Amino acid sequence: MGKFLHAFFSPLGLRRAVPQIWDGFQTNIKLMVVAELLVLIFALLIAIVRGLPGRSTFPLRALAIGYTDFFRGTPLILVAYVWGFGIPALHAGFISNRSLFQYGIISLTLVYTAYVTEVYRAGIESVHPSQRMAARSLGLTYAQTLRHVVLPQAIRRVVPPLLNDFIGLQKDTAIITVIGVTEALAQAGFYSNDFFLYTGYSVAAVFFVILTIPFARFTDRLIKERERRERAQLV
Amino acid sequence: MTGAEEHFVSLEGVTKRFDELVVLQGIDLTVDLHQVVCLIGASGSGKSTLLRCVNLLEIVDEGTIVVDGETITNGNVDTNALRRKIGIVFQAFNLFPHMTVMQNITLAPRKTRGLSKAEAKTQARDLLARIGLLEKADEYPDRLSGGQQQRVAIARALAMSPTLMLLDEVTSALDPQLVSEVLNLVRELATTGMTMIIATHEMSFAREVADKVCFLDGGMILEEGPPDQIFSSPAEERTREFLARIIEAGRL
Repeated sequence: MGKFLHAFFSPLGLRRAVPQIWDGFQTNIKLMVVAELLVLIFALLIAIVRGLPGRSTFPLRALAIGYTDFFRGTPLILVAYVWGFGIPALHAGFISNRSLFQYGIISLTLVYTAYVTEVYRAGIESVHPSQRMAARSLGLTYAQTLRHVVLPQAIRRVVPPLLNDFIGLQKDTAIITVIGVTEALAQAGFYSNDFFLYTGYSVAAVFFVILTIPFARFTDRLIKERERRERAQLV
Repeated sequence: MTGAEEHFVSLEGVTKRFDELVVLQGIDLTVDLHQVVCLIGASGSGKSTLLRCVNLLEIVDEGTIVVDGETITNGNVDTNALRRKIGIVFQAFNLFPHMTVMQNITLAPRKTRGLSKAEAKTQARDLLARIGLLEKADEYPDRLSGGQQQRVAIARALAMSPTLMLLDEVTSALDPQLVSEVLNLVRELATTGMTMIIATHEMSFAREVADKVCFLDGGMILEEGPPDQIFSSPAEERTREFLARIIEAGRL
């Protein structure tokens, strides 16, 4: 027990570990924020494409389905390897000259967009067809109906599962370490090599947890406030 | 096709199938300006489908529909423009739950008729005052009773200044004590000269407001005429049976 505490929670180690891991963790936060913003936008676009009506949009829909099937099924670590090592090795100009951070963003975005597309799609399909019918019968176009009637309701419903995927994404920013991005996990590794202590890993774990908890509580509150405003009061 | 222009709405030989099922079978119907036509008949007789064909929520398989001099069934009509002229109100209200009453009413006028937010709100307040729900402007639909929701749905349709209103069993989902507040509003619309096609199970109401009553059975208009004739001396055996069942159920 003493050995364990010393290795993972050494007080002296903590003092040194916290600043070093924090240094790396800032990169995790950047990866997470940029990737989440991109995922929110691209996933919504792809979800909309998947729901387009009519025969003529079939090729677009097929493309969207192919994309989600492929990237949902491919391990993130593999995608990261391809972008971090494979693409630069092509020496193909612009696309091969990006920073490792950017390859990390691309990998996270590609994989998580595929997940989040499905979340959005479930939300869109959960809006009852009579809502679309009511909107269209008022003379609103397909796009106006989507924008003002379907998407607002769909997005509200998928906030909890969306949050779940984002917590997943936050944690998976650690995977980007494999292509050489110096983030929290990498720093924890350096630390343990330097001091023969695992305290760095404990610190990194705490950082990740601290980041997700306020996020989760914030979402809970958001949902509750909306319920209070829009739903009939229970007596 | 002589005389089609004289009628505000005319249906000729309208047939609609869902796969094998024939829902409408050679419907001929005319509605004049300011006329109120009530469609009666059992559930599944095609009343709702008929209404939905008129604003192109359903595409007819055969036949023609002319609204305000424009043939809408030849595939060349601007569907969205047509629907802006035709208001429809559904049995299930279908208000937008994420929007306040005010937002429900102003959405379509702002987005499709180019009204400014202020103009749309002024118009919506007038409508809400007319239906007696001005104080509910900032409530969400879920906080309203069924009757109030349905009145808002009617106001939402009226906000588009339609020339024709289609009412699809607008009181069927309401508690009995809430029916009259909605019927009163429809009655008021009728007296202001709104052209309406009303699918309903409220026979005494139909008898009172209708200029013409059509009895639908198996996707066909079996009998049509002035309400007094249909309700007092129906010619068809099926109509008599239907009305007898209604009387038995205490609805007339």
